[in-house]
Amino acid sequence: MSDTALLKRGAVGLIGRKRLTAFAFPGLVLAYLAYVAIAFDVAGLAERARLDNGRTLLADSYSYKTHVTRDNRSGEVTVAIEGERKGTYAPDAPPDWVERKGARTEIDLGDGHLVSFGPEMVSYSVPGYGLIEARPSPSAGVETNLTGPLPDWISLSRNRLAVTTEAGRLTVTRNRTEVFRYFVGWELFFFTLDSPYHGHSAASLLFGPQIDPDRSNLAGAWHDFWRNPMWRHADVAWALFETVLMAFLGTMGAALVALPLAFLAARNFTPVMAIRFGIRRVFDFVRGVDGLIWTIVLARAFGPGPMTGALAILFTDSGTFGKMFSEALENVDRRQIEGVQSTGAPLLARYRFGVIPQITPVLLSQALYYLESNTRSATVIGAITGGGIGLLLTQAIITQKDWEEVSYYIVLIVLMVSAMDWISGILRRRLIRGA
Amino acid sequence: MADSFPASRTDPIRSRYLDLVRRRQLYSGLTLTIFAVLMASGFGLANDRNAGGFLDGIGNIFAFPANVIEEAAAKIADMPANLLRFFPALVETVNIAAVSTLVGGTAGFALALLSTRGLAPWALAIPLFRRAMDVMRAVPEIVIALVLIYVLGGGPVPAMIAIAFHTAGALGKLFSEVNENADLKPVEGLASVGAGWAQRMWLGVVPQVAPNYLSYALLRFEINIRASAILGFVGAGGLGYELKNAMSWGQGRFDQAAAIFLLLFAAIVVFDQVSSHVRDRLTKGAAA
Repeated sequence: MSDTALLKRGAVGLIGRKRLTAFAFPGLVLAYLAYVAIAFDVAGLAERARLDNGRTLLADSYSYKTHVTRDNRSGEVTVAIEGERKGTYAPDAPPDWVERKGARTEIDLGDGHLVSFGPEMVSYSVPGYGLIEARPSPSAGVETNLTGPLPDWISLSRNRLAVTTEAGRLTVTRNRTEVFRYFVGWELFFFTLDSPYHGHSAASLLFGPQIDPDRSNLAGAWHDFWRNPMWRHADVAWALFETVLMAFLGTMGAALVALPLAFLAARNFTPVMAIRFGIRRVFDFVRGVDGLIWTIVLARAFGPGPMTGALAILFTDSGTFGKMFSEALENVDRRQIEGVQSTGAPLLARYRFGVIPQITPVLLSQALYYLESNTRSATVIGAITGGGIGLLLTQAIITQKDWEEVSYYIVLIVLMVSAMDWISGILRRRLIRGA
Repeated sequence: MADSFPASRTDPIRSRYLDLVRRRQLYSGLTLTIFAVLMASGFGLANDRNAGGFLDGIGNIFAFPANVIEEAAAKIADMPANLLRFFPALVETVNIAAVSTLVGGTAGFALALLSTRGLAPWALAIPLFRRAMDVMRAVPEIVIALVLIYVLGGGPVPAMIAIAFHTAGALGKLFSEVNENADLKPVEGLASVGAGWAQRMWLGVVPQVAPNYLSYALLRFEINIRASAILGFVGAGGLGYELKNAMSWGQGRFDQAAAIFLLLFAAIVVFDQVSSHVRDRLTKGAAA
């Protein structure tokens, strides 16, 4: 009886201890998270966060705006997509929602919102509210017909009037009157305004009459699309290629460097312990010196570019590969080597026919697996050293203007990495099955 | 014996075999040639596009490390102070990695259960969660970090979120591979006594897979330390950020850079050793 009592006591104690650890572990994690929340100043994040930046980013990634700007001193009116020179409409060919009537310019923002730039007055007819009139002048600032309490979508000061509605936005200052109209989509993705093919559908390009007398439709359209000065498709394609090139050269170069060294680090191929130890420490060193440090060191020696990125990947991964390959070599089957040796094969042939076939599947599948992950690293390294799509991405983010380009690059990067993942998966399956 | 196989009968087999060998040699020779050409032309191309060529730079490859060591040696008295000064940055880098591994691992755990056949509560949604994990893995951390730095301002939080997002996808895939090998009998046993989905997972699956999960999570933690150092370089705080500042200060404050290099190297090696030791024990313990 006392035995069972003892057993029971033991079991109860064990369960109690287990219950304690079961609660202590999440408790520790929570305590750690609380500490980190304080260390990272998560509370202060709310103040530092610029949610309006987030809003611009989101809105800009799926829509664009066209600026209609009047210089109030010269009276000149320009219509430009995103206010960019490359997206400026020719003065005699504005879009159909902007109409010039002598000194007046009528702008239709859609849904009954009408803006009119006169020689003296600016007026904005807002449906359901009425007509807003403003007179910018160099001496008196901005005078308006607005009286009484204003709704929160109108902001007015002595020198500035801003009206934001769901159809667009009007700002009037002394020197400038500007209207934004928003459209969904990525502007001028295929052709810029100066291309004769702008505004034509794919069907009319393929089957319609020749648009440019000097060029066939297809060749001309391809040229204008590929050389689009705003989206620079040719440069982007090249940058993607450069990134993949960095990953390919780095990974394969690392495998080529690591393979002979791995023989020197494997117990069964190098009986001399000093060599083995030395080579293994070299592997540990190049692996431990992070890709970041290699990138910086190499960028100082070779300058920015794809070669630097490829070498940085090569250095880091030759350590990783060396370790993995030497482990694979230590696990090879001796009998196959002895079989080759029994035919009187020399050393090199023994390695070629006895060892290499055994480790090829491991070697190739690891190299291909790293190829995919290095495509991602190459994007990051490109952002630091200046090469490939990583550079374009950081540039686009730093200018803080072309968020549609940022989203375009992100989509391309995701597609590129997925494609590499897919290709490497197919090759891995085929090679391992074939071997 | 030889009489029963006259040469006239073995000759065609022999020639066919030699044909096969020759064809295989041709194919592997061709593959190797294509590979060699790709590598050579790739390096040539990369070399042309680089600001400095390979041959010009190879002589300088030790110039920068030599400068760093020289300056650090000249100011060796400052080294302990510098190490101490940048230690908080190292802690921040490690914290970013640890939190993102925790958060990403938890999310990956949920995603893995939701995308494993036999365990998922909604079998129809399995491909959906799998694709979601593919996308999470495909987005490089730097993309999310840069966008979040713009919205949230610089600091460790954007890096943490970016790394956690990627980790969730990467660990989710590995975890679901582990789940596929889990024994379903405990789950059925629990179901037979009326356990809910969460109870079945927590009591039936988790004890089986926990050692493997932990081992993968530790491996990921190692990777995340490197990632968090790199993200610091683009403005997300921690060692990378300090390194960038030290490097871009005039000609570069190489004594400080040396201290940061040392800290980063030491941290990576220490965590690498500890985690590989623990992982060894975990996987061996699971086998026993």
